Amino acid sequence: MNLNNSKKVLKRVIPFVKFRNVFFLITLAYILAGGILLSTIGLNLGIDFQSGSRVEISAQEPLTEEQVRSDFEAVEANLEPDDITLGGENNTIASARFIGELSQEEIAALQTYFEDEYGSIPNTSTVSPQVGQELAQNAFISVLIASLGLVIYITIRFQLLYGIASIAALLHDAFFIIGFFSLLQVEVNVPFIAAVLTIVGYSINDTIVTFDRIRENMPPTEEIESFEDLAEVVDVSLNQTLVRSINTVLTVVFAAAALFIFGGEGIHSFSLALLIGLVAGTYSSIFLAAQLWVVWNWKKIKREREKAPTEEPES
Amino acid sequence: MVKKSRIVYFFLIIFALAALMIPTTEKIVNGIELGLDLQGGFEVLYEVEPQEEGQEITDETLQNTVAALTQRVNILGVSEPNITIEGDNRIRVQLAGVEDQQAARELLSTEADLSIRDVDDNERLSGNDIRENSASVNFGDANNPIVTVSLKDGDQFGEVTENIINEYSPPNNRLVIWLDYEEGDSYEEEATKEDPKFISAPAVNEPLYTQDIQIEGDFSVEEAENLADILNSGSLPVNLEEVYSNSVGASLGEQAMDKTIFATFIGVGLIFLFMLVYYRFTGFIAVLTLTTYIYFVLAAFNFIQGVLTLPGIAALVLGVGMAVDANIITYERIKEEIKYGRSILSAYRSGARRSLGTIIDANVTTLIAAGVLFYFGTSSVQGFALMLIVSILVSFITAVLGTRLLLGLWVNSRIFNKKPKVFGVKERDIHEP
Repeated sequence: MNLNNSKKVLKRVIPFVKFRNVFFLITLAYILAGGILLSTIGLNLGIDFQSGSRVEISAQEPLTEEQVRSDFEAVEANLEPDDITLGGENNTIASARFIGELSQEEIAALQTYFEDEYGSIPNTSTVSPQVGQELAQNAFISVLIASLGLVIYITIRFQLLYGIASIAALLHDAFFIIGFFSLLQVEVNVPFIAAVLTIVGYSINDTIVTFDRIRENMPPTEEIESFEDLAEVVDVSLNQTLVRSINTVLTVVFAAAALFIFGGEGIHSFSLALLIGLVAGTYSSIFLAAQLWVVWNWKKIKREREKAPTEEPES
Repeated sequence: MVKKSRIVYFFLIIFALAALMIPTTEKIVNGIELGLDLQGGFEVLYEVEPQEEGQEITDETLQNTVAALTQRVNILGVSEPNITIEGDNRIRVQLAGVEDQQAARELLSTEADLSIRDVDDNERLSGNDIRENSASVNFGDANNPIVTVSLKDGDQFGEVTENIINEYSPPNNRLVIWLDYEEGDSYEEEATKEDPKFISAPAVNEPLYTQDIQIEGDFSVEEAENLADILNSGSLPVNLEEVYSNSVGASLGEQAMDKTIFATFIGVGLIFLFMLVYYRFTGFIAVLTLTTYIYFVLAAFNFIQGVLTLPGIAALVLGVGMAVDANIITYERIKEEIKYGRSILSAYRSGARRSLGTIIDANVTTLIAAGVLFYFGTSSVQGFALMLIVSILVSFITAVLGTRLLLGLWVNSRIFNKKPKVFGVKERDIHEP
């Protein structure tokens, strides 16, 4: 096997597969935690997915909730925001949410008012219930269709087991971001969906690079005599691609972190989702996808051996 | 023997690229259309509803509505309006960079349905009685702007005014001129308001046998001109209902853009720095190809007339990360081959060959995800997906072909023979085959 040669070049081989059950347990634990979070406090859905209106005000001086409330009252007596959050540097940005849709006249009135008061026209958006539902539905369908397309591609290029393991990692990553957003109660909006889908793409990308190496290092199945043999192939492959995995995720994390720290409010939740997803994506490639593949593939090999026991000497 | 000509080629290519990029960058960047989240403006999604019972919304009605809306937008003079049909019964209007958002919204949603009623709100004359394209702006006695329209039938107005005089006595002998009268609107109610919904309600003292009707409202010249233009461009064949709207103030849009561009510089700068520190000379090649990558992504985006949105800039930055990945995969593979004791030349060749399959698979999978996003997403998500697709395609050219061309020139010049350090490999890590 050329694995011995590879092992010589690697200074040390970290035995990832040995600890697979630990990784499975950790993964299971936070998936359970995520499930509980989602079924109890749920997600902080923005108006994009519900319905209602949102007004984002930007001022020169720090704002307070009371002040914003009285501002809306001054525009029109019955204009009462259902929720106000302050953000930006020194709370100079306030975003107010209304459950109902503001009318064109109300928006015109408040745009004029806030422009006179704070010097800039506020951002406003309104969404009707129907449109909000459609958006959420479309997002869900896109993830399903993308997953299906990816399984088909990977099955053609690799094998079905690689495809299923990659999709497990992909769904893990999407779920991880959603769970994290539930925990932090950060508002979920349309760009968030874009971020989740980007991570889906990135996660697959990352998993494929490791799987590609496993496939390359795999000797003919006959040479695999024990689970340890198979584990060795995976460990060597993971170690060979480790530097690449870390370096790549680092560069993308640099970019996402810069967007998160210095980018505008509009892409805040977008870049946060990217950051979390990148870490989750790297984790799942090494600790989930590859480990699942080892376990499943070994079962498959054993099953095939049991069907045709004559060819192999019993170990 | 070092083949110096290869290195000369390398510098020639770099100079050629610089000669292409430096003078044209500014033009390309300025030519990119900015989304409304970056320059301010608004977006409205209308649901098209039949105006009368039994009216069907067909493709033709939708297209006529789009045409009418386009005409109205042209009145505003917005440079690049974007009006598209979505689904079976929706129209999305995106006006980036429009200065007076409120006037624009009013202008779009008006049905431009002029009607003349009595004080009890009975219709006396409707928009159908008015001659097409007859609206114009004149000036009255006090030099106030007046909108004049002509009727198809000259006797009609005389009859209407005569009837009013016969049926009503002062002060109710009025003609109430409405724009977009809706069921439930009433003159009686509106007349008490400071800003009534009808345009004006002049008293009629004698029958007027004239073809021209003068509408005296409390107009500014601009408002009068807009009204005349709307009346001339015709009423919409349908009712429009807002189901989604999004508006961004110009200064907030600009702020968002400045911040995001700053963030982009920091992010890309960090990536460059990392590549230079970790991969040294090959990192320098990566920086060159990444710079070319950014240039070509912008040029391609400009060429296909994509609209750059906030998430689009994010996609560009993410694309830099993906392009870097192609470099990292290749370099790591070459390093590995060197460690197996191969010569620099053969390590480069087999490293480049073996990493190609990985890069293709990785890119195709991301492309599938981006394609799905583009197909199913709406506006801002689509902007993101389009940029991601362009990024992946361009990064494949620059990070795969570009890197191989530039690095290949150096490697094939043999100047690096027996110098594994250039690739970041220490002598003691090399094993004899």
